[in-house]
Amino acid sequence: MRQIRNFSIIAHIDHGKSTLADRLIQSAGLVSEREFRDQILDNMDIERERGITIKSQTISIPYKSRSGEEFELNLIDTPGHVDFSYEVSRALASCEGVLLLVDASQGVQAQTLANLYAAMEQDLTIIPVINKIDLPSADIETVKEQIETELGLESETAVLCSAKEGTGIDDVLESIVERVPPPARDREKPLTALIFDAHYDSFRGTIVSCRVFDGVVKQGDVIRFMSNGASYRVEEVGVFRLNREPKAELSAGEVGYIISGVKTVSDTRVGDTITLDTMPAPSPLPGFKEVKPVVFSSLYPVSSDEYLSLAESLEKYKLNDAALTYQKDSSVALGQGFRCGFLGLLHLEIVQERLEREYDQSIVMTVPSVEYRFLLKDDTTVTVDNPQYFPDPLDIKSTFEPFIKAGIIMPERYMGAVMKLCLDRRGGNPRFNYPSPGRVEVIFDMPLAEVIFDFYDKLKTITQGYGSFDYEIIDYRESDLVKLDILVNGEKVDALSLIVHKARARDWAVQVCERLKEEIPRHQFKIAIQGAIGGKIIARSTISAFRKDVTAKCYGGDISRKRKLLEKQKKGKKRMKMVGSVAIPQSAFVAVLKTDNE
Amino acid sequence: MSRDDNAGLYVHVPFCRTKCLYCDFYSVTSPVLLRPWLQAVRKEALFYRDKWALFDSLYLGGGTPSLLDESALHHLMDHVLRVFRFSSDAEMTMEMNPDDVTPHRMQMLRDFGFNRISLGVQSLQDEELAWLGRRHTAEQAENAIRMIRCTGFKNLGVDLIYGLPGQDRATWLRTLQRILLHKPEHLSCYMLTLEDRTPLGRMRAEGKFIQVGESDQIRLFLLTSRFLEEHGYIHYEVSNFARDAVSASRHNQKYWNHTPYLGLGPAAHSFRDGVRWWNVSSVEDYCMRIIRGEKPVEGSEILNGEQLQLEAVYLGLRTKRGFNIALLEKNTQTGTALNRLIRSGYLEVRDNRVIPTRRGYLVADRLPMEILS
Repeated sequence: MRQIRNFSIIAHIDHGKSTLADRLIQSAGLVSEREFRDQILDNMDIERERGITIKSQTISIPYKSRSGEEFELNLIDTPGHVDFSYEVSRALASCEGVLLLVDASQGVQAQTLANLYAAMEQDLTIIPVINKIDLPSADIETVKEQIETELGLESETAVLCSAKEGTGIDDVLESIVERVPPPARDREKPLTALIFDAHYDSFRGTIVSCRVFDGVVKQGDVIRFMSNGASYRVEEVGVFRLNREPKAELSAGEVGYIISGVKTVSDTRVGDTITLDTMPAPSPLPGFKEVKPVVFSSLYPVSSDEYLSLAESLEKYKLNDAALTYQKDSSVALGQGFRCGFLGLLHLEIVQERLEREYDQSIVMTVPSVEYRFLLKDDTTVTVDNPQYFPDPLDIKSTFEPFIKAGIIMPERYMGAVMKLCLDRRGGNPRFNYPSPGRVEVIFDMPLAEVIFDFYDKLKTITQGYGSFDYEIIDYRESDLVKLDILVNGEKVDALSLIVHKARARDWAVQVCERLKEEIPRHQFKIAIQGAIGGKIIARSTISAFRKDVTAKCYGGDISRKRKLLEKQKKGKKRMKMVGSVAIPQSAFVAVLKTDNE
Repeated sequence: MSRDDNAGLYVHVPFCRTKCLYCDFYSVTSPVLLRPWLQAVRKEALFYRDKWALFDSLYLGGGTPSLLDESALHHLMDHVLRVFRFSSDAEMTMEMNPDDVTPHRMQMLRDFGFNRISLGVQSLQDEELAWLGRRHTAEQAENAIRMIRCTGFKNLGVDLIYGLPGQDRATWLRTLQRILLHKPEHLSCYMLTLEDRTPLGRMRAEGKFIQVGESDQIRLFLLTSRFLEEHGYIHYEVSNFARDAVSASRHNQKYWNHTPYLGLGPAAHSFRDGVRWWNVSSVEDYCMRIIRGEKPVEGSEILNGEQLQLEAVYLGLRTKRGFNIALLEKNTQTGTALNRLIRSGYLEVRDNRVIPTRRGYLVADRLPMEILS
């Protein structure tokens, strides 16, 4: 029987994770040089562009070691963003070891640390790998020192490679078989298999990716998902090569897939345990958590006759994204649409982009919101994630918003800027840790609403990419909340309403008024844009009427060019929403979400 | 199918002695390629000889066509234009710079059959002419007009530019009043447009002068229109005025109502039967392609019904002809939009045509989007 090693690669962004993964796959002869396409694992466009992995992919690499033994190396890919930290933890839970990748010229970075902690929590074997040793700026000695002092790992165990040049790849493979412990392989115990991913295939239904810890599963078995007791008959099991490869069985220690007539990805839960219906395990594997959306926003089709098409696209999209929730919603300004729940803002952006790109939908999103709680005067509590349902202020006794524990790790020199950012975002109760010399971890209690917009982007900017961020929701706290409305020529644009802390309402209102002024084209009449709480106007801007718009010359050479310009404007007009007699471009709804980058 | 007996012929002469600071038309200042260009235009004309039977307008534009000397002009008119036929009453226009106007040259142009001169006066204030990088003075310009009249030209068009930095109503009116003393049949008054790639465009970007503000531009535009209409001119296109209906530029109107036209020379555009094509803009490239026996066409497009409609509407909205209301979809949305624009004083409907008002001209680029859904 082939020996097995289960491992992940973790790294700071751009330290070469995808390139190394490609090299490992290539060296196993799974792909010929000609077929070799850069970064095989990151196969979605958005992932390529952003350089991050969203949907993890797994692959089993056959390998013959220097000593002549046959191995099956299971590489489990992990997503790389704080929105998906739970998914990362489940992927790591399926491994015995990780390759911790460090860039030879950039050295240890914040995400290297955060990833290291995540791996240590799972008690995994950690192999430091120094990548990009071919770079002229590579400073292997300094990086080794950092590995020793900052990561607390033995630097002489670090493997040197250049994934780009293909050097040192054999040493990486040898280190995996030598140092990652083999999994326990008890076939006799009742089946326990950890779901760490699932994706939808239009022919086969849901393909569940799992790591078998105990027992055996094969075609014809009746399996049970331990979180909800649902049972299914197994149609096929197998392993991931470049494509799926069916096998007779999956047994303890192995990583592979199960197809069992599960219709949608939503019927599976990452972190759930699969066992056999006939011989169930006494208890599920630890660490299961129901993933709940924390950010809510409504999606509307730009043109209202595209509602059904959007509904269909969401349904299809949802097959592959269990974390997305949605239900019908409607707005005076935007018509019929859907209220959606997301894991975080990145998740929201990904859904938006994929709907537009892959499903060809033109959508308008409303300002994202968290779930607020209101204690009413009749002592009932209501939960509201949509400003439309903000209770009558006269009925409200007190208002509450969700708070998080936000942890930020960064080099000491950025501490002042980071503290300011957190305090500006209503952070409080700061605590400090010093994980290694020169580095600080600062922990704040902060309202979740303050991080869902651009907090992470801002943090990356002010720490020049060295700051890492992680959070968990801790509790609901009393907070002075108001509903801010935006009016365009006196008409309330419900899609731009927002529940916001009273102290932040004015700033937000001023900014939205300015943004709209830039985005809404001039009309034949003057347009007033106002921000209001109840009947009180707290911010205002004005768009003057258009008065002159004509080019002096229009002869032979100008005619086609001008027509093309008009054709472009005509397309843009289709993407406008009428509010009263004012046409608001889709871009305006997007622009109000971008806060200042001053 | 369009009839060809009203087609127009344009020849682009891509040479200038100096480049004016505001101009973004294609031209070169070196005369080295003048002869090769002449040979090439002659060959290009042969490509089209069989398909374009008859023209009723010729327009020699540029560049600076008036820098062509007698032998060059001879070559052009004898060898090139004899390839085609012109109707007996054809409008034959030559674009000229005032400093090229001499009695001898004007007589020569008459002999070649030209009957209309488009003169680039631009201003009758010397300091404004200097700022624009023009090579003539106000006095030279007025002398040129007199010479043109003396040689018997009955159809004179004058080009003027307004909206110059520092220009006010009074200085602009002085130029207009003085030009009216010469009773030109046609006036083109262009609001100064600063294209980014021109020297003036760059100077503005560098903050070397401040452009006239929007409110002043509007005032000057309305003033020009009102003043010239009071003096009997018809404001028949955004920037064009004619003493009477027959003095409107026959050739230029073809660009605005989809009449066929053939353009020869670098960067020239042509249109016929819903197809538009255009030549490469560099003189070298133009000549090379012709030497290789190829048409110097850089690109072309076939306009579909929707595109023809869009052009008819937007070009119509730049002219007093307007466009046929039947081009619009009959629905409430269009009706509401149209009514709103009529009420606001941008449009009128007369004899089933939608026609821009004076204020409508000022927003002519916006009107199509307001009307079309």
